[in-house]
Amino acid sequence: MIELTIISWIMAFLVIGAAIYAIETKDLISAAIAAGVASLVVSIMFLVLQAPDVAITEASIGAGLTMAIFVYAIGRTGRWEE
Amino acid sequence: MRKVVAIILASAFFAVLLVSFSNIQQADYGEKEYYYQNPINGSYANESVPSHYISNTKNETGAVNAVTAIVVEYRGFDTLGEVTVLFTAATGVSFLLYKTRGGKKRTEANLILKEGSKLVLPFILLTGAYIFIHGHLTPGGGFPGGAVIASGFLLMMLSYPKFFMKERAVSVTESMAGITFAFIGLLGLVFASSFLQNFLPLGDAGYILSAGIIPIIYIAIGFKVGSELSSIADKLKEVQK
Repeated sequence: MIELTIISWIMAFLVIGAAIYAIETKDLISAAIAAGVASLVVSIMFLVLQAPDVAITEASIGAGLTMAIFVYAIGRTGRWEE
Repeated sequence: MRKVVAIILASAFFAVLLVSFSNIQQADYGEKEYYYQNPINGSYANESVPSHYISNTKNETGAVNAVTAIVVEYRGFDTLGEVTVLFTAATGVSFLLYKTRGGKKRTEANLILKEGSKLVLPFILLTGAYIFIHGHLTPGGGFPGGAVIASGFLLMMLSYPKFFMKERAVSVTESMAGITFAFIGLLGLVFASSFLQNFLPLGDAGYILSAGIIPIIYIAIGFKVGSELSSIADKLKEVQK
């Protein structure tokens, strides 16, 4: 079992907090950015768990492109959730 | 009420996950002994699949990066399916958003953002190309490399409202890369025994020109993924007329 250091705990709570914020907030742009933050921290966790292949993919697709595509799509529809 | 139910369900799910992952060391994940046929020399071996990958990947495929060897060589047909899924998604996006350009007027970007992105773009493209050309040597491969290239073009789209991908060039690049992938697979059917099987010499492990067809296929996948993802971002962005 891989030992969970203090930084791992901080990252785990950051991921969970960002994910809950992304679900709960009414501002969709903030939700997209929170989801991007979550996947960025997840990519650091992948790197810590010695999976650099997955870490590169997660950082470029999850944190970069997906967030940009979400923001473009929100710009075409509406910013606030009813 | 709904939130309470959701919290109870989520914590129950979390508890189940915690219990099942707490003794992950005791469970023998993927470590069962199987009798399976070796695809290279046809012999039957009595060893587990993960240990076979770890001990024999370098000799069988010539690739130092075992993940790449599994994705392109052992599970190459799955990768072809994955590329097809991405192609279908990109086609669907461009079909839905065909000729709906226009919309809100976008403000010009800051001078620092414009000049900075012009400065950074070549390095981003170089990093992406490095990631997919060295896919069989270092971590990475066609999918992350293509995504890095697409994020470089995305940066240009963010800083210049009038930056467009040339649609014809993008679609030609994508089609040529897809044709290369399928054609190499068919060549494997001709020169070796099965679809997508390696037919080139393996070379010395650790050099760029080694591992047979893996670098060629990953360069094709890199171009394909990069052009598809940047065309998705290009179709979605709003521009001033």
